[in-house]
Amino acid sequence: MRAHTFFDHNATTPVDPAVVAAMLPFWSEYAANPSSAHRSGVAARKAVDAAREQVAAFAGVLPSQVVFTSGGSEANNLFVRGAAARLRAGRMALSAGEHACVRRPARSLVREGWQLLDVGLDAQGRIRGDELAAKAGEGLMLASFIAAHNETGVVQDIPSLAETARSAGAVVHTDAVQWAGKRSLRFDDLNVDALSLSAHKFYGPKGIGALLVGKRLDLRAQIEGGGHEHGLRAGTENVPAIVGFGVACELAAARLQADAAHLTDLRDRLLAGLRGPQLRHLGAVVFGAEAERLPNTVYFAIPGIDGPTLLLALDDAGFALGSGSACSSGDHAPSPTLLGMGVDPDLARGALRVSLGRSNTRIQVDAFLDALQTCTTGLRGLAAVAV
Amino acid sequence: MSLKFPIYLDYSATTPVDPRVVDAMVPYLGELYGNPASRSHPYGWTAEDAVETARANVAALIGADPKEIVWTSGATESNNLAIKGAAHFYASKGKHLITLKTEHKAVLDTLRELERTGFEVTYLDPRDDGLLDMDAFKAALRPDTSVVSIMFVNNEIGVIQDVRAIGALCRANGTVFHVDAAQATGKVAINLAELPIDLMSLCAHKTYGPKGIGALYVRRKPRIRLEAQMHGGGHERGFRSGTLPTHQIVGMGEAFRIAREEMGTENERIRMLRDRLWAGLSTMDEVYLNGSLEQRVPHNLNVSFAYVEGESLIMAIKDIAVSSGSACTSASLEPSYVLRALGRSDELAHSSIRFSIGRFTTEEEIDYTIALLQAKVGKLREMSPLWEMVQSGIDLNSVQWAAH
Repeated sequence: MRAHTFFDHNATTPVDPAVVAAMLPFWSEYAANPSSAHRSGVAARKAVDAAREQVAAFAGVLPSQVVFTSGGSEANNLFVRGAAARLRAGRMALSAGEHACVRRPARSLVREGWQLLDVGLDAQGRIRGDELAAKAGEGLMLASFIAAHNETGVVQDIPSLAETARSAGAVVHTDAVQWAGKRSLRFDDLNVDALSLSAHKFYGPKGIGALLVGKRLDLRAQIEGGGHEHGLRAGTENVPAIVGFGVACELAAARLQADAAHLTDLRDRLLAGLRGPQLRHLGAVVFGAEAERLPNTVYFAIPGIDGPTLLLALDDAGFALGSGSACSSGDHAPSPTLLGMGVDPDLARGALRVSLGRSNTRIQVDAFLDALQTCTTGLRGLAAVAV
Repeated sequence: MSLKFPIYLDYSATTPVDPRVVDAMVPYLGELYGNPASRSHPYGWTAEDAVETARANVAALIGADPKEIVWTSGATESNNLAIKGAAHFYASKGKHLITLKTEHKAVLDTLRELERTGFEVTYLDPRDDGLLDMDAFKAALRPDTSVVSIMFVNNEIGVIQDVRAIGALCRANGTVFHVDAAQATGKVAINLAELPIDLMSLCAHKTYGPKGIGALYVRRKPRIRLEAQMHGGGHERGFRSGTLPTHQIVGMGEAFRIAREEMGTENERIRMLRDRLWAGLSTMDEVYLNGSLEQRVPHNLNVSFAYVEGESLIMAIKDIAVSSGSACTSASLEPSYVLRALGRSDELAHSSIRFSIGRFTTEEEIDYTIALLQAKVGKLREMSPLWEMVQSGIDLNSVQWAAH
């Protein structure tokens, strides 16, 4: 694959070499099943326990509050369906910006007698706490609010949203998949009952995540058979991935300040470039510009330029971006989140997402701004040709 | 060649990842890290290509179409998805399911969960040799039986069920047939173009692939439907959402490719080693094989050593890594429910060892194991008052044991 600048870190991140190195032995000498009683099994068990402590320390919880899953999607499903299974059908609140892996399991509850309470977004992509306060009320049993939005990067006021939902009696969850590794994570500070993590968003391997569970949370397991994870999630532990997850957490905690500073610098450089003399004529609209955002994300659109087309042109120029959620990057429909923010559908269709990462540089950002100039000139030229 | 301790004879609990598989995986942890769902750049396209190549390799081992392979996080998840997914989808046909008492916990616990939500399950006893009693099965099948789940190869005793015959009966009854094949891949030939199986659970870590990745085969002709259990971005045609872990999938694909190419010769070598082990162990008195010897994979030997206390035996043979009872439940001191289902007494079940041989097992390791067992079993029996009584001709069943 030719040299390419990767600006799609919210979709996934490369695995840190230290993480890979930590994982490798668990595919060979230490490959035993942690449930086996013999020495080799015990060694694997110890590695899982140590990693669990690392993940717990990263989020400020006890190891017993960490339930390993196969990733963020599963953690979200485990909360939604697992918590609902322990409750009488009632109402569940969720924002209009939730990821599909919260929205769809929530929708599956409707068939079982649940009602969904959609909480809207303001024009900057912030979940409307006032709307939640007004509509929460009797029968609110569950709530889930994304901590930092994967498309816009907007950081949500989880403690306050959680407070409102809890006072109405609900059990509250936050999808912190994009938050972890970019902002300091303290479970108790967020005031929630459950929180989802995914390793591959912060330089850990794909295929492993966790649901962090508060002490008062009651869940029914969704994957049964063998009693693993305190009966909350059965299945032979993916030891190498768990070990990698632990190391990724330690590295992320250690590098958080430096990473955040670096990413903020690059993000702001990009924004300044979009608004500067070279590119201001494009009239780029940055979504959520006035809200507090993750240090690495710039979600924007250029009026009159088709998003998917620009994306491919930028790819040809050597830049890998995202268009909203990777999970649905085959879709050409405008992002429901942007529509929920009141963004014009045509503009929403032009949305591109730059999500920066540890290895990105100022030179790359500058080269990107140049490429954007070239590509948009080219595309505008095409648009001007009559058909 | 010097031996490495402990000698690993627990391949049915898990297998080391074949070095060739690790080599195939590592690039997808490093440079080739794209999210396979990313449509907009080569990082994603490269990852997607790798996923599809692996899918084809998994399909090829079992005689399926790649479109029939749904990636999951392992056989436990596949079992949950198959059984719950089919039971709920076909609930209007009926809410009765059938299985065998010797199934893995991943199947049994899932079925118990279904019972809690209004389904009815028949748990059949196996025959003494561990095989399904076909007459009992025919009698249990009802018009409202929607799903049957029977594992291809049993994890504890290695017996091979007659899935062809079972499947034919299910077809005739309009019942969905699920098979947990976690212990079967690379050990027995599987051709789903010919076998009447509708759903099949697969996992990598029993076939020299990594832990944490598996698949569910879902038949397309005739089309089998399922209610998805994991909702979200719509991956795997809606059957199972969640970012695909490229490196894991590549690992499973490579492991299954190697299995397809090498299982013929490999299994013959393994059969010779297993038979050698059995020949060595069966020279001892009061040693019982659990499960049919003929209808059994060449890798497995499950033996009970009478008049030897189980825990003491396991402690005495620490030089070899083996199992007594299924790995997933070996934390508890309960006797294996599989052996109990075969009719073994608690004592005999407790004094059982599962030896499972694999790709890297050597003749030297087998010979060491035979010598070790002969020495330790002999010693433990010497110390056993029960053994002394048996040797002097007393029938233990006739003894009135006094309580203190």
